[in-house]
Amino acid sequence: MVTQSLEAVLRNHRFLASLNPEHIQTLISCASNQRFEKGNYIAREATEADSFYLIRSGTVALQIHRPESGGLTLNTLGEGDILGWSWLVPPHRWHFDARATEAVRVVALDGRCLRTKCEQDHELGYQLLKRFSTLIEERLEAARLQLLDVYGVAAR
Amino acid sequence: MKRQREFAGSHSVILREDLDELVQALRSKGFTVIGPVVRDGVIVLDSIESAAELPAGWTDEQAPGRYRLISNDGAVFAHTVGADSWKRFLNPPEASLYRIAADGKSFTVPERTVSETKYAFIGVRPCDLAAIGILDKVFADGPMADPDYVARRSRTFVVAVQCGGVADSCFCTSMNSGPRAGTGFDLALTEIPDATHRFFVQTGSANGRGMLNAVKHRAAEPVDEEAARAVWDQTVRKVSRKLDTNGLPEALTRGTENGVWQSTAAPCLACGNCTMVCPTCFCCTFEDSADLSGQIAERRRKWDSCFSLSFSYIHGGSVRSSLAARFRQRIMHKLAWWHDQFGTSGCVGCGRCTTWCPAGIDFTREVEKLRVLMQ
Amino acid sequence: MTARDPMAPIPAQVQKLDRENNDTFTLHVAAPGSTLPSFQPGQFDMLYLYGVGELPISVSGDPEARFSLTYTVRSVGKATNKLVTGSIGDWIGVRGPFGVGWPMDKARGQDVLLIAGGIGLAPLRPALYHMFRYRPEFGRIILAYGARSPGDMIYRNELAQWKKEPRTQILSTVDYGGLRWHGNVGVVTTLLTRVKLDPPHTIALICGPEIMMRFAAMELTTRGISKERIYVSMERNMKCAVGLCGHCQFGPYFVCRDGPVFPYTQIEPWINRHEI
Repeated sequence: MVTQSLEAVLRNHRFLASLNPEHIQTLISCASNQRFEKGNYIAREATEADSFYLIRSGTVALQIHRPESGGLTLNTLGEGDILGWSWLVPPHRWHFDARATEAVRVVALDGRCLRTKCEQDHELGYQLLKRFSTLIEERLEAARLQLLDVYGVAAR
Repeated sequence: MKRQREFAGSHSVILREDLDELVQALRSKGFTVIGPVVRDGVIVLDSIESAAELPAGWTDEQAPGRYRLISNDGAVFAHTVGADSWKRFLNPPEASLYRIAADGKSFTVPERTVSETKYAFIGVRPCDLAAIGILDKVFADGPMADPDYVARRSRTFVVAVQCGGVADSCFCTSMNSGPRAGTGFDLALTEIPDATHRFFVQTGSANGRGMLNAVKHRAAEPVDEEAARAVWDQTVRKVSRKLDTNGLPEALTRGTENGVWQSTAAPCLACGNCTMVCPTCFCCTFEDSADLSGQIAERRRKWDSCFSLSFSYIHGGSVRSSLAARFRQRIMHKLAWWHDQFGTSGCVGCGRCTTWCPAGIDFTREVEKLRVLMQ
Repeated sequence: MTARDPMAPIPAQVQKLDRENNDTFTLHVAAPGSTLPSFQPGQFDMLYLYGVGELPISVSGDPEARFSLTYTVRSVGKATNKLVTGSIGDWIGVRGPFGVGWPMDKARGQDVLLIAGGIGLAPLRPALYHMFRYRPEFGRIILAYGARSPGDMIYRNELAQWKKEPRTQILSTVDYGGLRWHGNVGVVTTLLTRVKLDPPHTIALICGPEIMMRFAAMELTTRGISKERIYVSMERNMKCAVGLCGHCQFGPYFVCRDGPVFPYTQIEPWINRHEI
């Protein structure tokens, strides 16, 4: 099996398509490979959001914890998906738990470092914000449709 | 309950053959005397009618998940702690609180049922004495004192026994609860099982002094006190098991969500034995029922355990549904949160939870491992 | 026996039973010939059903009502169902009040922001009654009330009346509006964007499902309200209500005795942890 290098993953990812080479390089300099075992938490609700992740393999469940039922899965993300936008949006706190439902390999991006770089290079900031806005819009639309409960008794 | 200061009474000596006079004196004053007895190969606490029922000639060997009685040289109190503790007499496993009579469509609630028994405890080990003190803080202090506990406790006569032997499971020195008690007893006996076979007796209260007067005794001499001191000193040296409690509540709190709880809890069966034998565990539940005619409803209180799944049930599920969470609850309550709630640790180092765990979980070793792994 | 035995239920008769919605009722009880214990907003009583058991229910009526006590109960199981399907004239047992209530003294002179989710409005209603009675002592009163659907709301008539109180904002929203609802649709935290807040002079009282309280508290801290000014009402399994049975433990706290109302600073370390 040929494993792509971290740089290749970033360069080829559709989320980062059309970013200029300098900006890709900036991202590469803030990136590292990470691995999470099945059942481990990648992020916890209310904790500081200082990273975001490109999922290389495995599935991640976005969960919310209720006292009477433990973790409830709201959404699942898999290979190719982006996890985490709170690193970019104040107050920079994760809104949900993110848990590896199987062994997960990710490219982790240092959000704190990138935030500083975005403040210095507004073009980079704008390019990232454009892409993350699209991501957030996709998730929001999906969440609203999910809430509609189209399969069930929705007529209230 | 107020803490007694060290009672400035003189010390005495009771001979082994006169020990029964103490039991009879207590009985003649209307006390139900409770002491250690051998039953089914275990030392348990039960009512006794004479000193002959005490487990003379027995000592015990304890280890994680292991308890054996071994015969020895004839000392009366050579054993350490048995399977149960004195809490079953102060806070019984089952109690009827009210028998509520129907009254047309309404009902009448009578005054709370309160025990009238006078207990005399013979053979209370310093760790168990400390445990009783902890239960006093739970049930007798504060605005919501339990009237039944207060009634039982105020009538209880305590004859402590300063330990002469130590089991492998004991770690009282780490919890500041033994092997010698300074206060909290009416009388304290130190067994000197040499050729003279006598008991060095410390008086801890006016009631103790009163009871001693009804028993054949003599004033203690320096040689008696020296012999007692020798017993105390060699017993302290025998305590090999230790638990570092320095900063323990903080360390456990920091590690509340550490993944090691899961691996540490893996052998646990959630059977709740530990909570049952623990001398300070106090959790209980209430049950309401009505008789067939519906004319009498009863409220009963029963011991409960945080290990049961339904203990934390709310809104259709249990908050602590995983084994690891329930395992963590016991340890964190006992060693950390008890400090917030009652100002002391909840553990007295008696070792029962280790001995009586069917999975052989070694309490102090596991807590130390947790601490190291959580760093 | 001079002091009241906190474990003994006092017989009280159901005088009135109002249906709030499909599964929620408000009952008013009184003890003819004796006085029922008064309460502070946010406290709860244990309601006893003869021979069946007890339920911890927040008192939801006027704290200065002298002859009756009011409880709003949702039917979710055998015991609650028995309570709400009872009749006028039935007898139940009442003991209490228990717990730490809303910090009305700290709210004096402040704007008070109440965030309620579903039946969480019930423990907050006594606070509203108190503040409306002593109106000049409090700043603005803002209630943000969220329910699952219009049919799940409670106190609908009163919500309309409270809107008329001076310097008072009553906002409500639902998760599912259905076809006839023309009000706000969205989770209750979205209502907060419509409110102009004065964070250093605001006390927030939050009551509802735990998830809602967590997110509302986070939103309020983002809006600049400090955590000592935010209060939530916690819930756990309760049996004795006096801190002796151990069931309601939430970390180091007994919810029945140290709560149910807690300043957010106190419980923030625990409310975000799992299975506490």
